[in-house]
Amino acid sequence: MSEAHGGYYVPHGSHWPIVGSIGLSILLAGAALFLNGSGTGSMMMLAGLAVLVFMMFGWFGTVIRESEAHMYNSQVDKSFRWGMSWFIFSEVMFFAAFFGALFYARIYSVPWIGGGDPGTNELLWKGFESAWPTNGPANLGGDYKLLDPWHIPALNTLLLLTSGVTITFAHWALKKGNRSALVLWMWATVILGATFLGFQIYEYGEAYSEHYNLTLESGIYGSTFFMLTGFHGFHVTVGTIMLIVISLRCMKGHFDAHHHFGFEGVAWYWHFVDVVWLGLFIFVYLL
Amino acid sequence: MSTAAAHDAHDHGPASGLSRWIFTTNHKDIGTLYLLFSLLMFFVGGAMAMVIRAELFQPGLQFVNPMFFNTMTTMHALIMIFGAVMPAFVGLANWLIPIMLGAPDMALPRMNNWSFWILPFAFTMLLSTLFMDGGGPAGGWTLYPPLVLQTGDAFPFVIFSIHMMGLSSIMGAINVVVTILNMRAPGMTLMKMPLFVWTWLITAYLLIAVMPVLAGAVTMLLTDKFFGTSFFSAAGGGDPVMFQHIFWFFGHPEVYILILPAFGIVSQIIPTFARKPLFGYSSMVYATASIAFLSFLVWAHHMFTVGMPLAGELFFMYATMLIAVPTGVKVFNWVSTMWKGSMTFETPMLFALGFVFMFTIGGFSGLMLAIAPVDFQYHDTYFVVAHFHYVLVTGAIYAIMAGAYYWLPKWTGNMYNETLGKWHFWLSTIFVNVLFFPQHFLGLAGMPRRIPDYSIQFTEFNVISSLGGFAFGLTQLLFAYIVISTIRGGKKATDQVWEGAEGLEWTLPSPPPYHSFTTAPVIK
Repeated sequence: MSEAHGGYYVPHGSHWPIVGSIGLSILLAGAALFLNGSGTGSMMMLAGLAVLVFMMFGWFGTVIRESEAHMYNSQVDKSFRWGMSWFIFSEVMFFAAFFGALFYARIYSVPWIGGGDPGTNELLWKGFESAWPTNGPANLGGDYKLLDPWHIPALNTLLLLTSGVTITFAHWALKKGNRSALVLWMWATVILGATFLGFQIYEYGEAYSEHYNLTLESGIYGSTFFMLTGFHGFHVTVGTIMLIVISLRCMKGHFDAHHHFGFEGVAWYWHFVDVVWLGLFIFVYLL
Repeated sequence: MSTAAAHDAHDHGPASGLSRWIFTTNHKDIGTLYLLFSLLMFFVGGAMAMVIRAELFQPGLQFVNPMFFNTMTTMHALIMIFGAVMPAFVGLANWLIPIMLGAPDMALPRMNNWSFWILPFAFTMLLSTLFMDGGGPAGGWTLYPPLVLQTGDAFPFVIFSIHMMGLSSIMGAINVVVTILNMRAPGMTLMKMPLFVWTWLITAYLLIAVMPVLAGAVTMLLTDKFFGTSFFSAAGGGDPVMFQHIFWFFGHPEVYILILPAFGIVSQIIPTFARKPLFGYSSMVYATASIAFLSFLVWAHHMFTVGMPLAGELFFMYATMLIAVPTGVKVFNWVSTMWKGSMTFETPMLFALGFVFMFTIGGFSGLMLAIAPVDFQYHDTYFVVAHFHYVLVTGAIYAIMAGAYYWLPKWTGNMYNETLGKWHFWLSTIFVNVLFFPQHFLGLAGMPRRIPDYSIQFTEFNVISSLGGFAFGLTQLLFAYIVISTIRGGKKATDQVWEGAEGLEWTLPSPPPYHSFTTAPVIK
């Protein structure tokens, strides 16, 4: 413990955080201008995003080089592990807000306006009957049809669950020092993730088509459906990019059987995305 | 290799010029940045409070239009909560947690820099909304829809600035948790940690758990306004009250985020000046944890009048009153620590005692507000304003001031001017009560909050309150003067600084070296 303290790596200073702050501010100010209908907004967003991507290349690149130079002892490794765990916990709470909205609407607000609260129903939304799914008493977004959960969503569930298995195989291969199996299983995971995303995009296209007419504007059902699956899809996208980076690092010979926090952090994140999907499949699609 | 790298890092002193502060990964530099930023925001938010009190000096409209008045109340709250109190606590955490635990630095030093350097950008964005078409946000800091959705061009900027503040808080909190769990010196078991560290550990968990929920809530506002979702619109099957539930699920733990580190600071200071160990250390830890746990189960006491099932009203009423138990444990422990102690009353102790007295007043008015049928009368009146200013100004801010006086000699190596410090305390304490105590009466008499004009019978108490407000505001300039002059010079402080001070931070020189505890001390 004491010798670990002496070797705890404390960097001298870094210009990446301030670059990140500048990029983030340009991105968000651009997004705000865009939403307010200003023409310069989208250009600013692109510029901000470019700065952020540059920052991530630089920052993560530095960390990867330091890690490969074995500057991180086991205590630093533990800090990264704790940090990643609590970051994932914060992500869980972010999704909890949207799941909370879904449950609140289904258990309280829709039944209340649909007669559970007789005053509201009688005075404001007479004739509206509580049901789920619903686009509300005003039939917002017009009539819509539901997507069949046993079609693409079930297939996507299978894809993500399988990808959880393949990444575990990759981990085992890494621990055994079997580099070619590691690389193979990593790319298998990437392909499964990318296929999931492809199907998800296809399904969104279907939903927005005239046949289904299920959109973000379709009342509370459309809101919760697209916000939950949308944020999940965004996380899968980020996760897939992370998996690609790790796969490329595996091909370059990074990591060894004992020293591979980067790999494990991404694997944890991938499992988290997987678990969120199971929640989505059950509560958004099935029930 | 690893030791060589570590040596290399430790042999460096601070970089020179501005780049020291912008690129720094040193916990002391970042702590200083947080504290100075917080002081600046304290005066920005304070200036807004002065506008509010000037307008309320007389009935009728004097200086500002109602829209701008509402912008001032909204911005005052956002800036004081996210810009003054929270960064002050994070600054104290940065300075103190590593030197209290015997760690070389915070666990994740680069991310530490980022969590600070997001804030100036976030607050520039927030303050810039004052100059936009349609003015700044005016719907109250709680951002209730549908009102907040009427905000003009400012709206997306406000939402994104809140996202940025949340990002900063989450990263800061993760850093605190990791530092405490992984960076303690050998022998520093959890139950030997100073109470300030304990309260911050628990606060950090609260932050990680609820800041993402706030991010989710404001994201839903954004999509409701710009993308046609209907989370908070009954026409689509949503519910505006749902926002209040999600917001206060964040908001109630947030008020404990604003007070638990204050409990920690006071628990460090009182034993020093009573020259006795803290009474009931482990009960303090358990009480803090209980308060944090209960804080997740009481959110709807902010919503008693909004329309809730009777079972909900009762549950949230009793759960809220339950919090008085662990809070009472803490107050009794502080009093018992002082019992038969050899007390002296230097400025930090005065502020800590002011905290115990006046926070308790705020706690009692909170207990009154917790009673649902009574709250039906008090809701959205000045009684609520008086209540939360007692817990936040004479609670959180007083503890921060106490901490600043207590640790300034350690941070700077110079003693502050004790006479001026005592003046600062007594003037603040007199005026803060002149400012906020009459607001209890105004609220009980029915004066609503967030309104620039009022009925004529409320005039006298408003005049008194405004006079107290102006005087309290001016007194804080004295604090800024004391802090700046202590940084610039003064009588040299000893290493221990205070006769009764105990803990690792007092074993270091004053000021401590740029890198402290490069080899860990061993705790018996």
